[in-house]
Amino acid sequence: MNTELIGIIATFLLTLVIAIPLGKYLAKVFAGEKVWTDFLKPLETGIYKLSGINIKEQMDWKQQLKALLTINVLWLVYGFFVLIFQHKLPLNPDGNPGMTPDLAFNTIISFVANCNLQHYSGESGVSYLTQQFVLMFLQFVSAATGIAAAVVLFKAFRDKTTTQLGNFWEFFIKAITRLLLPLSVIVALILTFNGTPASYDAKDQFISVQGDTVNVSRGPAAQFIAIKHLGTNGGGYFGANSAHPFENPSYLTNMVEVMSQTIIPLAMVIAFGYFIRRRKLAWTIFGVMTIGLFMLMIPTVTSELGGNPALAKMGISQTTGAMEGKEVRFGPAATAYWSTLTTVISTGSVNGMHDSTMPLTGLWQLLAMMINGFYGGCGVGLLNYFIYLIIAVFISGLMVGRTPEFLGHKVEAREIKIAALITLLSPFLILAGTAIASYVFTNHGNAAWAVQPKAWLNNPGFHGFSEMLYEVTSSNANNGSGFEGLGDNNIFWNVLTGVIIFLGRFLPIIGPVAIAGLLGAKKFIPESAGTLKTDTKTFALMTFAVILVLNALSYFPALALGPLAEYFTMLK
Amino acid sequence: MKKYIIQSIRLTLVLIVLLCIIYPISIALAGKLSKGNGAGEKITKNGKTIGYALLGQSFTKPEYFWGRPSAVSYNAAGSAGSNKGPSNPDYLKEVQSRIDTLLKYNPGLKKSEIPADMVTASGSGLDPNISEQGAAIQIARVAKTRKISEQKVKELVALNTIKPLMGLFGPSSVNVLKLNLALDNL
Repeated sequence: MNTELIGIIATFLLTLVIAIPLGKYLAKVFAGEKVWTDFLKPLETGIYKLSGINIKEQMDWKQQLKALLTINVLWLVYGFFVLIFQHKLPLNPDGNPGMTPDLAFNTIISFVANCNLQHYSGESGVSYLTQQFVLMFLQFVSAATGIAAAVVLFKAFRDKTTTQLGNFWEFFIKAITRLLLPLSVIVALILTFNGTPASYDAKDQFISVQGDTVNVSRGPAAQFIAIKHLGTNGGGYFGANSAHPFENPSYLTNMVEVMSQTIIPLAMVIAFGYFIRRRKLAWTIFGVMTIGLFMLMIPTVTSELGGNPALAKMGISQTTGAMEGKEVRFGPAATAYWSTLTTVISTGSVNGMHDSTMPLTGLWQLLAMMINGFYGGCGVGLLNYFIYLIIAVFISGLMVGRTPEFLGHKVEAREIKIAALITLLSPFLILAGTAIASYVFTNHGNAAWAVQPKAWLNNPGFHGFSEMLYEVTSSNANNGSGFEGLGDNNIFWNVLTGVIIFLGRFLPIIGPVAIAGLLGAKKFIPESAGTLKTDTKTFALMTFAVILVLNALSYFPALALGPLAEYFTMLK
Repeated sequence: MKKYIIQSIRLTLVLIVLLCIIYPISIALAGKLSKGNGAGEKITKNGKTIGYALLGQSFTKPEYFWGRPSAVSYNAAGSAGSNKGPSNPDYLKEVQSRIDTLLKYNPGLKKSEIPADMVTASGSGLDPNISEQGAAIQIARVAKTRKISEQKVKELVALNTIKPLMGLFGPSSVNVLKLNLALDNL
């Protein structure tokens, strides 16, 4: 077996070795049990005191959501103004300009929502102040928001019947002090000592060996890249994201970065099982997610290793696979591996350009973001998967003719309505968004925007359609990667994707937390012979079928018009 | 509601101090101990910076090994791939012309020997490496232009080849800048 394949297998195994103990640790941290990081308690007490927070105050699910939304709105306002006025603020050694209002609108929503879709380029679009005090700040707190929301859901199922779901601020702060910050320090140090810049030095200039004058963008990147991955954010410090040699200097850092984005979503599943004392349930969920991951990953790796058939016809050698948009130090296998994980988990960072991947790879990337629940983003992945679980419980209940139950609580009309609305939201946003974009592209090609609609697409035909579909799908999934050929920095895309990201972030947080809160408050029904067990293989299969059917029905026509059509055209 | 607003503002301020000042500055200070003092490792010649160890640069002269095609002409004040789709006809023409250029400057080279990385643009536009095969097909040209033995050039290529991590994980590659500097120092 070649070293590229051994590399990705080793990366996956190492991820498991780290993520499983991390999950057990997280369960203890959020349950308030003793852990070895308790020496950080004084830091937390200090933060509580300075912020006027009393963590003994219990919140019900509505209060939890109020706290969550309040602080998120505050960040939106704060960040928006910094982005607009960054040219007048300090720490802008390269003299980059302020953002236009529509770009600032898009960027701030994108970072508050943990999406990190970027319509600016890191080198020329933001100052060091913005990178650190807005973007990196939001990478920490948006990840912590997702984790805290998931812990609220955990709380609802730990006790038999409860409306007291703990304190949102406590979960939020602990997600930072016990998880994101310590891990970021470790990852940032690894990156720095492997060549990623970490200092505040401005742009540099040198004369190259052949005599060209070259400018080099630098800055405090290592700190940013660490949390960008750990928090499943994905926004690059530089334009080329983790394909940039400064962001990702070697195969070693590549392994570290791709593992960083995987461990917390994985750990959260394990933590769920240990927290609610139903380990078997966690392992079944984990099993479904992992099988789903492999079903997307294996064809992706195969399709990239196979190379581009159009280049094969020209007679060159593609021994290692397709290389357009990829870096030699990672190779096609590790790039394909990354592209699956970054779309399955809502990171959206890239170490190779997705726009240049093979048509079928594009199909799997899109499908991974449409499902958005195999592991998924920090905390929110589990929330998305929870909606699938509720739908699966409901359908199985109908099939066997019993009242649906989840973990001892009756699932009734209200919960199902919420779950159904959240399920319908994604196809609505993705398909309506793509339809509007296609309409504008075909009928208003000359609209006087920063990029005219007729010039949006970097590639003609079916692939061009995929560029638009990808942009909208990535926004709804809060993923943030792109088919970057799309000319997206103009008022149409900034506003459209801004709105989609916002709805695609907050409704899928509110929905599951509300369902969990409602269920948790209901009378506990002890398990009997008639109970539909949710931790069995049969139910796992049922959930898998629900995920497959829902997504196939929603998206097959759109996928057929984009990547599938391109694939079959290339076969000719 | 008012309580949440005030708590949110205070918490945000505290976290800005922790996450945007204490954390990044500590890492920047630790970075001073790394190669290049945390500002990117430079390569100097006669006291002048002539490049960054991690960044590729443009080589077009026949006496140098060429790097990969770049969508940003190796301008490190920006970075990007071509974002060309695999079936784009303009893109395929571009690849064809790169193949023709390689064939023209490397007499005796067969099409089937050209590795994909030499005719496709990298993801960052700053890829410092080429594949071993990418270097191998250029050895004859470089040796002939510089009037040195192919054996000598081969040795230098081997010296500047980066093996898979621990000999086990990932691809091997050749650093173009370091290889060309080694040639100049002969």
